[in-house]
Amino acid sequence: MLKIRNLEAGYGKLRVLKGISLHVSPGEIVIMIGANGAGKTTLLKTISGILKARAGSIHFEDQSISTVAMEVIVNRGCVLVPEGRQLFNTLSIKDNLTLGAYLLARRGKHREVKERLEEIYEMFPVLHERQDQLAGTLSGGEQQMVAIGRALMAGPNLIMMDEPSMGLAPLIVEKIFTTIAKLPELGKTVLLVEQNARASLDIADRGYVLETGQIVLSGTSQELLDNHDVQRAYLGKDYKRIEEIN
Amino acid sequence: MILDQDYETLPREELEQLQVERLQSTLYRVYRYVSFYKQSFDSNAVNIEKIKSIQDLAQLPFTTKEDLRKSYPYDMFAVPLRDILRIHSTSGTTGKPIIVGYTKNDLRHWTNCTARLLAAAQVSDHDVVQIAFPFNLFTGGFGFHQGAEQIGASVIPSSTATAEKQIMIMKDFKTTVLICAPSYAVNIASALEELQIHAESLNLRVGLFGAEPWSENLRAQLEAGLHIDALDNYGLTEVIGPGVAGECEHKHGMHINEDHFIVEVIDPKTLDPLPLGQEGELVFTTITKEGFPLIRYRTGDISSLIEGPCSCGRTLRRMHRVTGRTDDLIFIKGQKVFPSQIEEILLEAEGTAPHYRIILDRQDGNDTMEVQVEILESFPAFDELKNLERLRDTITRKIEVALGVEAKVTLVEPRSLLRDSGAKIRRVVDNRTL
Repeated sequence: MLKIRNLEAGYGKLRVLKGISLHVSPGEIVIMIGANGAGKTTLLKTISGILKARAGSIHFEDQSISTVAMEVIVNRGCVLVPEGRQLFNTLSIKDNLTLGAYLLARRGKHREVKERLEEIYEMFPVLHERQDQLAGTLSGGEQQMVAIGRALMAGPNLIMMDEPSMGLAPLIVEKIFTTIAKLPELGKTVLLVEQNARASLDIADRGYVLETGQIVLSGTSQELLDNHDVQRAYLGKDYKRIEEIN
Repeated sequence: MILDQDYETLPREELEQLQVERLQSTLYRVYRYVSFYKQSFDSNAVNIEKIKSIQDLAQLPFTTKEDLRKSYPYDMFAVPLRDILRIHSTSGTTGKPIIVGYTKNDLRHWTNCTARLLAAAQVSDHDVVQIAFPFNLFTGGFGFHQGAEQIGASVIPSSTATAEKQIMIMKDFKTTVLICAPSYAVNIASALEELQIHAESLNLRVGLFGAEPWSENLRAQLEAGLHIDALDNYGLTEVIGPGVAGECEHKHGMHINEDHFIVEVIDPKTLDPLPLGQEGELVFTTITKEGFPLIRYRTGDISSLIEGPCSCGRTLRRMHRVTGRTDDLIFIKGQKVFPSQIEEILLEAEGTAPHYRIILDRQDGNDTMEVQVEILESFPAFDELKNLERLRDTITRKIEVALGVEAKVTLVEPRSLLRDSGAKIRRVVDNRTL
């Protein structure tokens, strides 16, 4: 579905991604783990066309998208849930969600927009109850639901999420991840970027570890959970890398 | 049966994507964690960020057996010892052995690799698998053991029991699958004949033979003698052990587990990569190993790759049987011996000249090794039989202890070994017909 080869990107003189290769197959949940500044957000921004790739290739459903405008990428079915939700705080939940289907609405397909809205409400009943409430008055968890819902309104095949667990209480994180885990059943493929390795590895099929702009490890979730470097760096196990024997 | 449908039948293009991803992350890890590779890449002015495809692999320097020997014991490990769950080694006899370590994930992958070979040989949970490889530092026994357990078969680690004992087990335990070195299978076949047991009366139906080169002739002989399907497999401790490649039911080349290992064939003289199908030295790069990753490891094994898909459905590329070596390594009874290792023992023994000859033969299906060595003229009490016998027994024992191989030692008169022109003795005479 998504195939990236030797991708390089950055800001000004700063090289953030130094030749990244990865792939996501249909129906998979793939997680990209990495510390702050490793390049996770840059990667998602580059895939979604917000940032221009400096080298390498990005193929989405066998078509190159590395030089394609971002609204075209969304139209092809690749949508980003940005870090920090980025909702329109002064608009209602319903309006926020409807904006996600802007491309549909512009083509006059209002009935489909409505159908999709019903689907989202089915998935998140709490949003239905409060559909007229202003987004800015919601809790963090509810805002994240709106953000995910808004992305789904675009009818994507691939949904990319940038740290959906950020700033949320553990119980809410669990709820959000349970929702994400169900997306493949709806025919969605997920690429997730996370610092919360534990929660996301539980729901992911595979993962990659990004360090200073390079992928240093990949494998199934179980393989990553069993890797001591992952345990040390991302699961908080107290291991030192330095050889202690000698 | 194909065990890992997802990986073993991956379209070549997707396989290449997977290989590139895994190669790149392996390179970043070895560069960070293995000082040998950091030095090797830096001194060859290789920038690993420039490795963007499988073809770019050719820019990287090779790793040799000598490099691995120098790293004794743990210098090539890419993880701290605490992350290592298992340690195996090659038969470093007089020289230092090569020590390999496996992390939890390495063991998982290795298990899966040998399980694939077993599945390809139609082994299932209904089978009784007898493994007549040594269960020790060598990888053969444990490597297949894990895989057979994953398949769910009943596993008998009969290990180094005598041929008679193996046959007793085979008969009474109703073994259906035999795993061992081909020379040992010959051994068992001839013991069967001696004991006048008909192979048809056994439950055996398939044999997986590897760890040493063998031939189509031997396959025919073993299939008739043991009443089985005989399948070839390939592996070496440095790369992972058994499970690097294995035959499917079509018996036409061994499928290489390319999602774990990238294979290249090079000209052993110019070191240039050869086009697909041409015969040369096999070079392997591991792309999933965490504990003991290898970049472009020169195996010394001569073979060639087979182009095109296999009718079994696997897209994994196949390799032909190993037809030779780039060095003088001797395979005997599943053990690997370099003539130089024997030479070293002879040099240590007082009273022998550094002139020797190794004669390999096969008697009643048993590999035999005779070491002929010249005595020094200055040997004290040259003519006293007792002294000569003692010298002979000492050398025999030393060879057995160091190499794990029984050798018949023959002391010969000084200057009696025939020298070819240039006063060189033909060191190894192999009279075995495979």
